[in-house]
Amino acid sequence: MFHRESGYYKTTYKADMALFRLPIGKVAVGAIAVIFFIICPMIFDEYYLSIINIAAIAVIGALGLNILLGYTGQISIGHAAFMSVGAYTAANMAVSFGWPFWLTVPAGGCMAALIGTIVGMPSLRVKGLYLAIATLAAQFIIEWVLNHTPAISGGIQASIEMPRPVFFGRTLETQAELYFFILPVCVLAIVATLNLVRSRIGRAFIAIRDQDIAAEIIGINVYRYKLLAFAISSFYAGVCGVMYTYYFGIANYEAFQLPISIDYLAMCIIGGLGSVLGSIFGAVFVTLLPIAIRIFMENVGVFFVDGVYLAQVIAQMRLILFGGLIILFLVVEPDGLNKLWQNIRNYFRIWPFSY
Amino acid sequence: MSGETQFFVELVSNGFLTGLMYSLVAVGFVLIYKSTDAINFAQGEFCMIAAIIVASTMTLYGFPLWAAVGISLIFMLGFNLGLERFVLRPMIGRPVVAIIMATIGLALMFRGLGPLVFGAETRPINLPIEQAPVIWGPFFMSQIDILGAAISVLFLAVFGWFFLKSRKGVAMRAVADSHQVSMAMGINVERYFALAWMLAGLVALLGGIVWGNAIGVDTQLAQLGLKVFPVVILGGLDSIIGCIVGGLIVGVCEAIAAGYLDPIVGGGTKDFTPYVLMILVLMIRPYGMFGKPIIERI
Repeated sequence: MFHRESGYYKTTYKADMALFRLPIGKVAVGAIAVIFFIICPMIFDEYYLSIINIAAIAVIGALGLNILLGYTGQISIGHAAFMSVGAYTAANMAVSFGWPFWLTVPAGGCMAALIGTIVGMPSLRVKGLYLAIATLAAQFIIEWVLNHTPAISGGIQASIEMPRPVFFGRTLETQAELYFFILPVCVLAIVATLNLVRSRIGRAFIAIRDQDIAAEIIGINVYRYKLLAFAISSFYAGVCGVMYTYYFGIANYEAFQLPISIDYLAMCIIGGLGSVLGSIFGAVFVTLLPIAIRIFMENVGVFFVDGVYLAQVIAQMRLILFGGLIILFLVVEPDGLNKLWQNIRNYFRIWPFSY
Repeated sequence: MSGETQFFVELVSNGFLTGLMYSLVAVGFVLIYKSTDAINFAQGEFCMIAAIIVASTMTLYGFPLWAAVGISLIFMLGFNLGLERFVLRPMIGRPVVAIIMATIGLALMFRGLGPLVFGAETRPINLPIEQAPVIWGPFFMSQIDILGAAISVLFLAVFGWFFLKSRKGVAMRAVADSHQVSMAMGINVERYFALAWMLAGLVALLGGIVWGNAIGVDTQLAQLGLKVFPVVILGGLDSIIGCIVGGLIVGVCEAIAAGYLDPIVGGGTKDFTPYVLMILVLMIRPYGMFGKPIIERI
């Protein structure tokens, strides 16, 4: 509707693999950047900005898991554990050595990548179900170790208070200030993923996902790339964990337990496996869903449910809707929200001459 | 017998009985994998929902035990039939990851639905058994554990016989081996899928009653599902014998870890040792003690 694709001829492979394949891409990205960096902070109050903040942090984690699950085809049910590794690393660095955020964020990511690589090692021999269970084991073992090692987890309650990030002498306290701290990291993660998946490494990941034996035959070192996928994915998870820690001001293993891992799996599935845009959709959707349920229940549900049980019912509704949506998307639309978006786009691409 | 040995024997015997009860839950998982090649991450939740229905109908509506079990059985069979028809059949031929995720989604739904419909309180399932423990020589065991173990052994034996000897069991193994060849031999593959899921529902009900009696019924019961994985990985995914041996090993290991390691490191080793054991097995022998190695072809 807004543009026509005819007339743009790609004569090189480079042009075909470019980030912006059509000029309108640049315009669209520019418009989105203006909306998020200028208009949103101007019109939204603290509450809405806090929702965007949490969604942006979730996007980082979902991107990481999608690299592993959607692009490389290796399942991980221990994603939240890698986040906790990043969170505790950053918290310890910030508290003990007084490191600023531009050191703790990469440090948390690197530590998570290291642990992730170790956890990914069984992927040499096992895949599918076995890998799922091995990563599930990693989730429990990491959780247990954090909980039982006071040297890492700071003793009582296994929680460490995180100092606020300081940016050029200014402590970031309000949601609006944190917004400008979190959003650039999120954008960085998105751009890095977009570039990763169209590089040599990304193509190797996709080859492994589609048929790992065939990938090995055409000369891809499957083991190395699988470990690399685990490392990159865990790095994202670690960064995501650090951002959560900065956001909430506390590092606690209870924020990174098995249900969170499953939340992230749900983001990837609902959003769309093997797509960057899908991870963003999924993360935003899964972040907004509990809020939508809460608003719905507080306005409509009070007629059916006793006020005392409301919080409980909201939590249960959330589980049911989550589970139901995962199943629904898997059965009906395996490519997730991303595919729905593509359908809408394709409809309007040739609208109103749809033949 | 000195106190030290007495303690050890007690741990081992209790671990043994618990292990048999784990086997009962794990056999549902193996059953599904053996016959449909699907992986069920919701086995613990199946047990939970079956037990919740039994306990709620008994305590809330005052049904006798047999009626409550009957209602629960009808629900489980019907639900699993529908599940197979509407969720798993469209997913045949899709990657393993997709089926794992679908069952995780199912597990989440159950965790929400159980307490939403029946309330979140912990309820007992009272079987007509005495609380007093049995003392037999050096062994000191509670009757409920013995009953649970006995039910487990009985049903494991029945399932073993079913798969090895009965006509339906053989057909099921054929279906698991190759869908296409079984169809060519005149086996109605879809019907056997449905049968396998219904059997899994039956096993879940048994597991739910035995465990619900032992530890009470609420959503915590679903944690049982997490114990299943070490058991099946140790024993091998497609072996009923492996299921029993794996269950015993996990039960005994857990009991010994809880007895000797907990005082040193301060708790929690019970949930943790089976997984360490499992990782070791995964590194050395990924297909388990009794499982078939998988040879992959393009």
